[in-house]
Amino acid sequence: MKKNLNTIAYCRIKNHTISVNGKLLYTKDSQLTFPEFAKQVYKEKNIAYPKFFKMDNLSKLGFLASEFIFEAAKLDSDIIKNTGIVLSNRASSLDTDRKHQETINDKNNYYPSPAVFVYTLANIMIGEISIRHQIKGENVFFVAEQFNEILLEQYASSLIQNKKSDLVLCGWVDIDKDKYDAFMYLVAEEGPQKYSKEIIKKIYTED
Amino acid sequence: MKDVFISSNTIVSPLGFNSETNVLEISKAHSGITLHKDISTMPCYAAIIDNKKLDKAFYTLGNPKAYTKLEKMMILSLQDTISQSSFTITDKTALIIATTKGNIDALNNNFKPERAYLPALSEKIKTFFNFKTEPIIISNACVSGILAIATAKRLIQNDYYDNAFVVGGDIVSEFTISGFQSFQAISETPCKPFSKHRTGISIGEAAASVAISNQNKAKEAIQIIGDGSCNDANHISGPSRTGEGLYLSMLSALKEAKIQPEEINYISAHGTATAFNDEMEAIAFNRAKLEHIPLNSLKGYYGHTLGASGLLETIIGMHSLKNNTLYESLGFDELGVSMPLNIIKNTTKKTINTFLKTASGFGGCNTAVIFKKVTH
Repeated sequence: MKKNLNTIAYCRIKNHTISVNGKLLYTKDSQLTFPEFAKQVYKEKNIAYPKFFKMDNLSKLGFLASEFIFEAAKLDSDIIKNTGIVLSNRASSLDTDRKHQETINDKNNYYPSPAVFVYTLANIMIGEISIRHQIKGENVFFVAEQFNEILLEQYASSLIQNKKSDLVLCGWVDIDKDKYDAFMYLVAEEGPQKYSKEIIKKIYTED
Repeated sequence: MKDVFISSNTIVSPLGFNSETNVLEISKAHSGITLHKDISTMPCYAAIIDNKKLDKAFYTLGNPKAYTKLEKMMILSLQDTISQSSFTITDKTALIIATTKGNIDALNNNFKPERAYLPALSEKIKTFFNFKTEPIIISNACVSGILAIATAKRLIQNDYYDNAFVVGGDIVSEFTISGFQSFQAISETPCKPFSKHRTGISIGEAAASVAISNQNKAKEAIQIIGDGSCNDANHISGPSRTGEGLYLSMLSALKEAKIQPEEINYISAHGTATAFNDEMEAIAFNRAKLEHIPLNSLKGYYGHTLGASGLLETIIGMHSLKNNTLYESLGFDELGVSMPLNIIKNTTKKTINTFLKTASGFGGCNTAVIFKKVTH
């Protein structure tokens, strides 16, 4: 018997705006680059987590979305620690890959750096979120041409059905050149809002 | 929930272009790792597939110039696995692709940079074999290959698919070599997993593929009986000092499989040969009471093949079950971790019914999967 899922909270970050559970929380100057936008939000929200400034843009984007989700979810750390994290995007870590590539293109100016190289994997973002919230649950990072709510649902349901996770943080966190788009949602067997892949797709498309 | 079986398989590596050749080379203790002078600013040991041999093998399948090296490796591997398989591609067949960096060399070679997007890679493979479903790409650092097997199992168990073809691959590129060099993680000799004299990794390239199904029609099928993939929540580039995520992953897999640690007959470990990784694994295996189980790392044969490694090493494990043989952990001499481990020093015959495959990677990720011989 398949279990029904519910949504605990969702967050969208795009076009210099942040909304949580459909409510617009931040609108920033559209001239800001993503790192400038992220820094402003970090400061206004009083997130005291200096590691944030070491992160690459992809991790910053995913980190911020997860901050809003867990704040809205209001769950005990005991419950959170077994969260499965199932994230996805299109460009993988190419935004940082290009930066690493620049450091090795010129043999006379060769300066590869571990601080950049470590972020040439998209799942590092899952690691950053896990460290922040002390989550020791299931992890997977999928890459797809576009937001694939069906795969995310199948995998999240499998984790809950197979008793691997009690709740699952799903989402799409993509950053490529100047474009960024994050949509994250936390699902569990019990939650305030009804979940279905159709509802999620509708929110993603309209929000 | 449905039982899930893993059967036909193909390894494309410097040791050969099918699984049997690879196993034969391993049984002779041959390594694919050699010294290369032209891939980075300094010479380094790596396991690299000869381009001419690859193109020759690929020629009957397509124009070698139209495909990247990784695409050729993956297609060659999948072609063989699909043709051996007891099922055909339907609209309930998943294509799962595991890779860390895909065609990353397209950022700096004759192919267009757009080729570096992973969906471009999956599209090539999907089209080549005429898969009916959207490919599932897993890019989860060095656990990608083994996590792809767990993913296939989970999606088939829950009836989203009847079966799946899983392919994993990564190439040796200046991109990854320079990055690991910046971490000072590359060994100056062929890597020596779990040894007192280990000084780091050797990088390798390979593609590997398997068929996974809810039907047990193959002659020598093996069942996937448990899995787990947990995060350390500790550090993004260093393994946990307590082996936390790996320990939790193994516990999760054992619990699902409903077996005790002593029922495992063989462990195919990750064993990258960095100081911290191998130490972390030793701690995790001891915490899980698995220190007496015969164990090897296959990195001494292949180097670290990144996103392919978990799949490739699972296939060797499957042949260990089939041949009832424990293969030597190449490069090992004296134990160089703080806790006891039962490293396989010589290739020996032994009845093996159950084995555990583990992997760990950047981002604090870990995966453990347990496989069991099906007795008719």
